[in-house]
Amino acid sequence: MLTATETADAVRAGRVSARDAVTECVDAIDRSDGKIGAILHVDRDGALRAAGDIDRRLAEGEDIGPIAGVPVAVKDNICTIDSPTTCASGTLKGYVSPFAADVAERLVSAGAVIVAKTNLDEFAMGSSTESSAYFPARNPWDMSRVAGGSSGGSAAAVAARIVPCALGSDTGGSIRQPAAFTGVVGLKPTYGRVSRYGLVAFGSSLDQIGPVTRDVRDAALLLSVIAGHDVRDATSVDRPVPNYVAELDRPIEGLRIGVASDYFGAGLDDAVRTAVEAGLDALRERGAELINVRLPHLKYAIACYYVVATAEASSNLARFDGVHYGHRTADPKDIFDLYSASRREGFGAEVKRRIMLGTFVLSSGYYDAYYDKALRVRTLIRGDFEAAFEKVDLIASPVTPTTAFPIGQKSADPLAMYLADIYTTSANLAGVPAISVPCGLDGDGLPIGMQLSAPWFEEDRLLAAAHQYQSITDHHQRCPKQ
Amino acid sequence: MKESDITHRLIVGFEIHVQLATRSKLFCGCAVEFGAAPNSRTCPVCLGLPGALPVLNRRAFELSMLTGLAMGCDIAPVTKWDRKSYYYPDLPKNYQISQYDVPLAHGGRFEVPHGDETVSARIIRAHLEEDAGKTLHDTPGCSLVDLNRAGTPLLEIVTEPDISSAEDAHVFCTELHRLVTYLGVSHANMQMGQMRFEPNINVAIEADGREYRTPISEVKNLNSFRSVRRAIEFEYQRQVQDWLADPGYVFKERPNENRGWDDDRGVTVFQRGKEAAHDYRYFPEPDLTQVEVTRADVAEIREGLPELPIPRRRRLIEDCGLSADDAATIVSDRATADLFDGAVRAGGPPSTVSKQFVNFWAKLANDRGVSIGALGVAAARMGALARMVDEGTINATAANRIAERMLESSESPDALADAMGLVAVLDADQTREWVDQVFAANEKAVGDAVSNPKKAKGAVGFLRGQVMKISGGKANPKLAGELIEARLAAPRDD
Ligand SMILES: [Zn+2]
Repeated sequence: MLTATETADAVRAGRVSARDAVTECVDAIDRSDGKIGAILHVDRDGALRAAGDIDRRLAEGEDIGPIAGVPVAVKDNICTIDSPTTCASGTLKGYVSPFAADVAERLVSAGAVIVAKTNLDEFAMGSSTESSAYFPARNPWDMSRVAGGSSGGSAAAVAARIVPCALGSDTGGSIRQPAAFTGVVGLKPTYGRVSRYGLVAFGSSLDQIGPVTRDVRDAALLLSVIAGHDVRDATSVDRPVPNYVAELDRPIEGLRIGVASDYFGAGLDDAVRTAVEAGLDALRERGAELINVRLPHLKYAIACYYVVATAEASSNLARFDGVHYGHRTADPKDIFDLYSASRREGFGAEVKRRIMLGTFVLSSGYYDAYYDKALRVRTLIRGDFEAAFEKVDLIASPVTPTTAFPIGQKSADPLAMYLADIYTTSANLAGVPAISVPCGLDGDGLPIGMQLSAPWFEEDRLLAAAHQYQSITDHHQRCPKQ
Repeated sequence: MKESDITHRLIVGFEIHVQLATRSKLFCGCAVEFGAAPNSRTCPVCLGLPGALPVLNRRAFELSMLTGLAMGCDIAPVTKWDRKSYYYPDLPKNYQISQYDVPLAHGGRFEVPHGDETVSARIIRAHLEEDAGKTLHDTPGCSLVDLNRAGTPLLEIVTEPDISSAEDAHVFCTELHRLVTYLGVSHANMQMGQMRFEPNINVAIEADGREYRTPISEVKNLNSFRSVRRAIEFEYQRQVQDWLADPGYVFKERPNENRGWDDDRGVTVFQRGKEAAHDYRYFPEPDLTQVEVTRADVAEIREGLPELPIPRRRRLIEDCGLSADDAATIVSDRATADLFDGAVRAGGPPSTVSKQFVNFWAKLANDRGVSIGALGVAAARMGALARMVDEGTINATAANRIAERMLESSESPDALADAMGLVAVLDADQTREWVDQVFAANEKAVGDAVSNPKKAKGAVGFLRGQVMKISGGKANPKLAGELIEARLAAPRDD
C-alpha cells in the first residue's frame, strides 16, 4: 500500500483513482483486520461514494486539496457524522454525533476520504488498547503483543498497511507510544495547534489530535491539513500554519539536540537504550550537536500527569449519565439509580478507576494536596522545558522504556501500565510538540521508537529533523510480515 | 424565656441572580429566548454533547463588568472559569461553568438613599456563570427536561450581611433591580425568573448579657420584592420564636439550612440542611482561557457608564427642584430620565416638565403599558409643550389634551394648540367679559369672597374655575385670577 503522500501524488497525476485507493484500503481492512482489531467501524459505501465524488471533481479539473483521494482512518474518539463515535466504550455504543470534529472537516475539505474509525482504549484511557469495550488491538509485528495505546488501532492499522495514514489523540503519549510499539511515526502537536472541537475529551488541558503515519513526510502532510485556528475551541491558537512539507528539507547541520540523562535512567530496557543512542549518533553524523541538558522535575511527571488527567477526566465523563444520550440502564428505580446503574453498566474498569481517582483528588480536603500540588509541579515541568530550550533546539529521548509487551501482562497491574507512559507525559504537561520515529528493532524483532520534542509551535523544525533522520536511516521502511 | 427578656436584631445578606440581556447564550450561539418550544434553542455545546466545547460570549462579560463597576467593585485583572460539579438532569454536562476563587468583580458597595437614611450593603463579589435547564414534573410517571435555558448567562451578586430590616431589604432589592434594568444589563423580569433573590437570614439575640446568633437560613429563589419582604419578616419572627422556645439550641443540632417560600401560606418551608451540601469539586475549567482585563479596558467601561439612577435622582432634586417622589418616577428607567433631561435642554422649565411627566405623560404611558421613554414623543416636543404652559400660551388642562394628540400626530404642540383652538386668550377685555358673566351668575360665591375671610380663598378658586369653564379652557388662569381679585377689591358701584 502506498503512503499518504504517494497516494496523493498518484491521484493527482491520474495514475490511481480515489475510488481505487479507497477500495484497496477497505478491502485490506476486510481481509486483515479480523486478526488485528485495529478498526471499529468501516463505512465502505460512504467512503466509496465520497471517493467517486472526488474522482468526478478531479475529472472536472477542480483543485480539491493536498490530500485528494487519500484514505484516512480516524480514532473513534473523534466525532464524524457518517459513522458512530463510540470512544470504544459501552456507554456510547451506536452513538452517532450530529456534528463533525474540526479535524474531520479539514480532512474532508482537503480531499481526504475517512474510511474507518479506529480502536482505542476506552475513552483513550490506557496504554495498550486492551481496555476497549469491544476487542483489543493487536500488534501486527507480533499478534500476541499489544499495539500500545490509546491510539493502538490507528498505529496498528498504519503498521499493518491496511490504511495509508490515520489520526490519533495524545493525552499522555497515546499517539507516540503505540507508534513506537508498531514501528510507525506518531506526532503530538503543540497544545493549541490543532482544534480539539469534536474530540471527545479525556484530559482537556492535555489532549491533542495528531497524525499516525508511515513516515515523517506523511506526518508533515497531515499536520498541514489539520492544524490551524478554530473559533470553536477557545484553547486553539491563532497563528499561521507553515507548510510543513516544504520545510522538511531544512538541513540539520548545527542543530543542537539536548539529551537528558533524566530520560535514560533505571527501568530503561537495554535494547531500547542502544537503539535510541544509535539514533542520536546518526543525527550527530548528519551534523547535529548533542548537548547534555537536565529536566530535573521529570521524575514527577507520571504522578503529576495521573492527577491532572484523572481530575479532568472525572469531570469530562460526568455527562455520560444515561439521561440525554448513551447507555441508559433498564428500569431505574429513581434518578440516583439511573445515574449509578447507567454508569456502572456503561463504563469499563479502567475508566471507573480513573473517574474515582480524579474525583478523589478534586474532593474537598484533598484538592490542595493533590490537584493544586500537581498544577504547581506542572508549572515546574514546563519551566524545565523552557530552560532546556534556551540551550538546545530539540530534546531527544526514548518513547517507551520497553518494546510492546504481551497482551494481558499489565492489564491486572494498573501501576505498571501507567509507568509505560514515563517518557511521554511530560510533553503533554508542558504542551510541547513531540514525535516518535522508528529507530530499530529489539532482539525479538519488535520496533523501538525515538522521541524528539521541540519548543512550542516549532513543529516545522521537529519534522525537518525527524525527516532528515529518516533520509539517512531505513527503520521506517521495515514492516511486519504480512 | 419571654420575648420581653431579650433584645434582637435582624441580619440579612443576599445572593442575587441576574439573567443578562444578551442575545445568545454564555458559551454558544443559541438564542436566549423565553417560551420557545422545548429544546428548540439548543446546540451540541449547551446540550453538553461529547466533543463540544464552550466559547465565551464577550458581551456577557462586558455587561458583568459594567454591573460590577456600577456597584463600585474592583474588576479582577485576570479572571478564570471553574467547573462546579453536581449531578442534575437539567445540567447536561453535570458540571456548571462558573467562577470560584477569582470572580470578575469584588469589593464594592451599593448604597441607596431612603428617606433621611441610607440603606447600604457591601458587595463581596459578582461572578458570571451559566444557568441550568428546567426539569418539568407535570407528566405523571416521568420527568421531562427542557434545555432552552441551559447556558443562559447569569450574574451572581453576593453581599455582606449588612441589611438589618425587611423594609431595607425591600429598598435595596428594588434599587438593584432598577440599576440592572437602567443599565440595560438585564430585562430583570421577575415573573420570568430573570432576577432572583436569595436572602440569608439570621438573628442576633441579646439575653443575660450575652449575644446568641440563630442559624442562618437561606430562602431560595424569591421572585418578587413583596415576597422578599414577607419572607424576611416571617423568618425574623420564626427564628426569634424558635430560639425563645429552646434557647439552648446550638449549631451542632440546628445547622444552617435552605428554605423555600410558600407565597400562598406566607411561610418559609425547610428544604435541606446545609451540612448535607455537596462537595462541588471546583477546579479550573480547562476548555476556556483566562480573561485578562487591563486598566485601560476598565477605564473605558467606566467612561461608558451613564449617570446612575441614584446620583441622577439627587441631581433632579437638588438642581431642578423636583420632589423625591417625582424624581423617582422620572428616573424609573433610563429612557424616561433621558427624555426628561432632553425636554429640559430643549427649553422646557424643569418644574413644569416634571409636573407634566407625573401628571399626564405617566398616565398616557401606563395606559399603553410602556414607560414614558417608550412613548415615542421627542424630547424637544415635550419641552415645547411645557414651555407653552409656562409662558401662558396654553393652560395645564389644554396641555393634557394636546399631549394626547401628540402621541398620534407629529405636528408641533404649537400647531396642535392652534388647530384644537386651545391657545389661551390673553386679551383682558375678553377675559373681563367672562369674569362679569361669572360674577353675575354666582352671587353667593361672590358674597362669600367679599365678606367671609374663611371662605374667600376657596371662593376665588371656584370663580376662576367657572371662568375657565365658560371660556372652554381658553382663558389664561393667571389673568383670570388677577381680574377676579381686582374686581373683588374694587369699591362697589351700588
Ligand atoms: Zn447552544
